Amino acid sequence: MKFRWIAALAIALAMFAAACGEDTDVASDDVGADSSTTDSTEATADAATEDASDEAMDDDASEDDAMADEDSDDTMVDDASEDDAMADVPSRIVSLNPTGTEMLFAVGAGDQVVAVDNFSYYPPEAPVVDDLSAFTPSIEAIAAFEPDLVVTQGPIEGLDALGVDVLELTAAVTLDDVYSQIEQVGATTGHVGEAAELVGQMQADIDAVLTALPERETPLTYYHELDNTLFSVTSSTFVGYVYDLLGLVNVADAADPDGEFFGYPQLNEEFLVTADPNIIFLADTICCEQTAETVAARPGWDQLSAVQAGNIVELNDDVVSRWGPRIVEFIEVAGSAVAAIETADA
Amino acid sequence: MTNVHCAGLRPVWAASAAVFVVATAVVALVVGPTDIDRSGVLLTAIDALGPWSIDTGLSETQTSIVSNLRLPRVALGLVVGAALASAGATFQGVFRNPLADPYLLGVAAGGGLGATLAFVNGWGDGQGVFDAVQVGAFVGALSSVAITWGVGVLGDRSRSATSLILAGVAVASFFTAVQTYLQQQNTDDIRQIYVWFLGGLTTSGWDEVGQAVIPTLICLAVLVISGRTLDVMAVGDDEASMLGLSVGRTRLALVVVASLLTATAVAVSGLIAFVGLIVPHTVRLIAGTSYRSIVPLSALVGAGFLVLCDLAARTLLTPAELPIGVVTAFFGAPFFIVILRTANR
Repeated sequence: MKFRWIAALAIALAMFAAACGEDTDVASDDVGADSSTTDSTEATADAATEDASDEAMDDDASEDDAMADEDSDDTMVDDASEDDAMADVPSRIVSLNPTGTEMLFAVGAGDQVVAVDNFSYYPPEAPVVDDLSAFTPSIEAIAAFEPDLVVTQGPIEGLDALGVDVLELTAAVTLDDVYSQIEQVGATTGHVGEAAELVGQMQADIDAVLTALPERETPLTYYHELDNTLFSVTSSTFVGYVYDLLGLVNVADAADPDGEFFGYPQLNEEFLVTADPNIIFLADTICCEQTAETVAARPGWDQLSAVQAGNIVELNDDVVSRWGPRIVEFIEVAGSAVAAIETADA
Repeated sequence: MTNVHCAGLRPVWAASAAVFVVATAVVALVVGPTDIDRSGVLLTAIDALGPWSIDTGLSETQTSIVSNLRLPRVALGLVVGAALASAGATFQGVFRNPLADPYLLGVAAGGGLGATLAFVNGWGDGQGVFDAVQVGAFVGALSSVAITWGVGVLGDRSRSATSLILAGVAVASFFTAVQTYLQQQNTDDIRQIYVWFLGGLTTSGWDEVGQAVIPTLICLAVLVISGRTLDVMAVGDDEASMLGLSVGRTRLALVVVASLLTATAVAVSGLIAFVGLIVPHTVRLIAGTSYRSIVPLSALVGAGFLVLCDLAARTLLTPAELPIGVVTAFFGAPFFIVILRTANR
């Protein structure tokens, strides 16, 4: 009994480590390089992809071929001999990566997806299979879908035995990682054009948020809450990086200067009250049902200026913990909260 | 064993333990991640204890930190430490088993299953007087003891210590299996569940203190006056029967009270390991083998020990928190080895 915590801690740390792996496996260097040319500002990212999905196939046919050459590996040749035009484009994709699922649908490859894991519930049309777990993946369960591409977040033991193509999309560290992963998804699935369009749209939307931010002499401070026991993130995480872009300073950085907690420290409550951040971001509205009201009602929290000024931002846990196309929503919500704070308040 | 006959709580040990508790509480109050004027902290604590009004010289935020965050956390540490250590002492006496701890009869597994059920089903939002996770843990902890008792009787009509302990192992394994299954099915709740399993007083407020203090004091009082009964049981089931004690009934009564204590502690602080095992042994090695002194002294020493461990948990890596279970084992184990060596000389 008394060593239970060791196992628990080890697993918890392993999870944190997995969630914030510092290096991405993104291999598509040249695909991502010249993609940021689109600057269509009239459509939102979502609309753009929906429109594109109909006619995209013809447009991109030539690019598909070009792509097929550079992407040709041994395993792909085995399974895909039937089709001719779409020879090397996977048509039976299994995604075990919720972010990957969002990217697949956003670039218009949704029709090629046959099964996604039990947490890939966005977008709603994704074919969720309740028993398909990315956490404890079953090779047999994956094989049953006869996939020609499996999208994962990291290596899955035994997957090689299927002889199927695997696309690993590890946790992003920067927006460039996000963009190149989207382009990689587009390239692998035969949707290069939509992927480039989506990336361009995301860049334009994010730029619009960033340029709208007022100049401040003293930067605003923030606290990002992962759960109601005050687990938080530091600037070394992807979420922290996004707040960096918004010009915010993280009060949790003091709690994990050397990365002992992999960027996910649990904060002391009285420290947080003393640090008195200007903004509180709640990424525990779903897991822990926290709201601006429940935060204001916590004993001693009435002293916080963020509580007094009402600067508590309720975020969607999932949108914030993934690094897919919806990152734009996160940046827009957080950005408008930041912009709404009078420069004099800082 | 010579102490059994000249039992009773010696005033010098009682006074020492009381001084230890007060001293740890004072240190834990004045030391914290926030630097606050120490006399001001103590004045605020004294101010909160009575109807009088004292000018503490602290700012509004500092006063709030002391009275809303530090004081309840120290108070809950005292209550939980006393509950776990005295329950552990009782289990060791009732089962005459040096490895017995408060989680012996499946309390940890049952409490863990109850808490997990609350997490994965998203019961409650923590806004009522009683949090769903606390209720789940409390009910789960008591259910597991009840089932263990039932299974133990099935195996052995005399309800011997051995059959109950084995039943506890079986019940704990089964509950752990169900808990692990639920956890694997709900991986999005997994971090919350692990945090709960590690135990802690991190965001404790007066609500938790209010829920735990009265049941703890009542159960503690019952156990303290049962010290003589525990001493009789310590000589063995047959001998205790010959001395006129109804062993089965007495064991049931003591197990119920100690389990209530444990379940109360588990509900407000999760699973804090080691305290209930090490503190009673330390007390026994220092102050003799009579339960008339082991139970009350364990309560006092356990209270002080847990407050010290929590102080370490919130200050060692300040401003980050360490799981308190890490601290109780990391410092408790070497300390216990030192005590063991010294006492055996």
